[in-house]
Amino acid sequence: MIREFTINEVWFLVQALRWTVLLALIAFAGGGLVGLAIAILRVSQARLSRALALGYIKIFQGTPLLMQLYLLHFGSSLVGIEANAWVSAALALTLYSSAFLSEIWRGCIQAIPRGQWDGAHALGLSHLQQLRLVILPQAVRIAIPPTVGFLVQILKGTSLASIIGFTELTRAAQMVNNATFRPLIVYGLVAGLYFSLCWPLSLLSQRLERRLDWEELRTVKASVQ
Amino acid sequence: MGTPRPAIAYAALEHVTYVFQFGTVWRELDQLLLGAWLTVRLSAMAMVLGLAVGIVCAVGKTSSLRLVRGLIQGYVEAIRNTPFLVQLLLIFLGLPSLGLRLTPDQAALLAMVVNLGAYATEIVRAGIEAVPHGQLEAGRALGLKPWHIFRFIVLMPALRTISPALGSQFILIMLASSVVSVISAEELTAVADTIVARNFRSFEFYLTITAIYLGLSLVFQATFALIDRALFGRWGDRR
Repeated sequence: MIREFTINEVWFLVQALRWTVLLALIAFAGGGLVGLAIAILRVSQARLSRALALGYIKIFQGTPLLMQLYLLHFGSSLVGIEANAWVSAALALTLYSSAFLSEIWRGCIQAIPRGQWDGAHALGLSHLQQLRLVILPQAVRIAIPPTVGFLVQILKGTSLASIIGFTELTRAAQMVNNATFRPLIVYGLVAGLYFSLCWPLSLLSQRLERRLDWEELRTVKASVQ
Repeated sequence: MGTPRPAIAYAALEHVTYVFQFGTVWRELDQLLLGAWLTVRLSAMAMVLGLAVGIVCAVGKTSSLRLVRGLIQGYVEAIRNTPFLVQLLLIFLGLPSLGLRLTPDQAALLAMVVNLGAYATEIVRAGIEAVPHGQLEAGRALGLKPWHIFRFIVLMPALRTISPALGSQFILIMLASSVVSVISAEELTAVADTIVARNFRSFEFYLTITAIYLGLSLVFQATFALIDRALFGRWGDRR
């Protein structure tokens, strides 16, 4: 029996949006924590930890997110844990996000002039203290725009969780489409819903970046005068 | 005898630890390599066509017509702010109601070209904007034809500037191509899906093709470095 596409179906899709947002937030929080650790290892003084961090990043940036999802999903049942789409999706997106966030943040850390490290070193701070007290506070400022931009990638990435059966927006769309058989309207609406989440974030990221450029220009001008 | 039914197989798994059987992977290796080739072919076609779309749209964005600029900007923002999977499903399931019926392979290629085209537009545009204006004037002063100015003074230097960014975006679309397996388009993940549906060795097969994807990204990276060197004569000068 084919159901009509009514306001109820629209409401069902809008409600499914919360699982997309929640999954993205979990992945962002988890990916941020792991990503920070990887970024710190990437700028560490020990060659081994730099190599390990680089290997981690290469593996997660060089393989499809869908495969990471599949391996965690099918792998968890092998170690005796009941495969749970929530856990697999959150874990896979966390690992995936951490690899990209750590590369973004490494770039921001390395953008801080060498003299700042030297100055902190001259004050007698240890490597980690230099990082925590001098470098990171400055790196955070330039890290915000690309980090907000990456949130868009995470939000879009959550759509793949639908393939392992996690009911978020895209999976809800499949359910509604199976019942109403109006793919153009259903997926068009879903694309619109994703857009309404992602576009403001993209704009915010661009605006923050422009403001940072402007501030930098002002500091440069001030130091010239 | 014959193949065990899945219910029995799962019941047995509760009592015994899982035994990896990579021998089954070895037996199906020719299938997987064929799948890898299909992924390479699909991605390469998407890269060439996507770059063409990107160049056309980036040039279109320098148009004096506001409508043209607005349409291209709308396309770029719409694609960059929605998931590839939804774009794919919209093209494969949605377009038939507009009278355009595509095979899974055609829909997959179209979705990849449309997706990559939007990102390529932004990248190429940045490259074109980085060409100093004085160079254009110098070209005109030398009496070059507009097509030559575009080709030698705008496009080639722009491509040189952006080739690292384009390379990363190309690899991202190759990895994203695994998603087209959901509409059963022919590529590596779909080949693995078919085998796994037959023998239930999901972990072994997905682990193997994950390694193949990793190998493909490295091969693509090396290939782009070679093309970069052939076109622009430089090694690893990645700014």
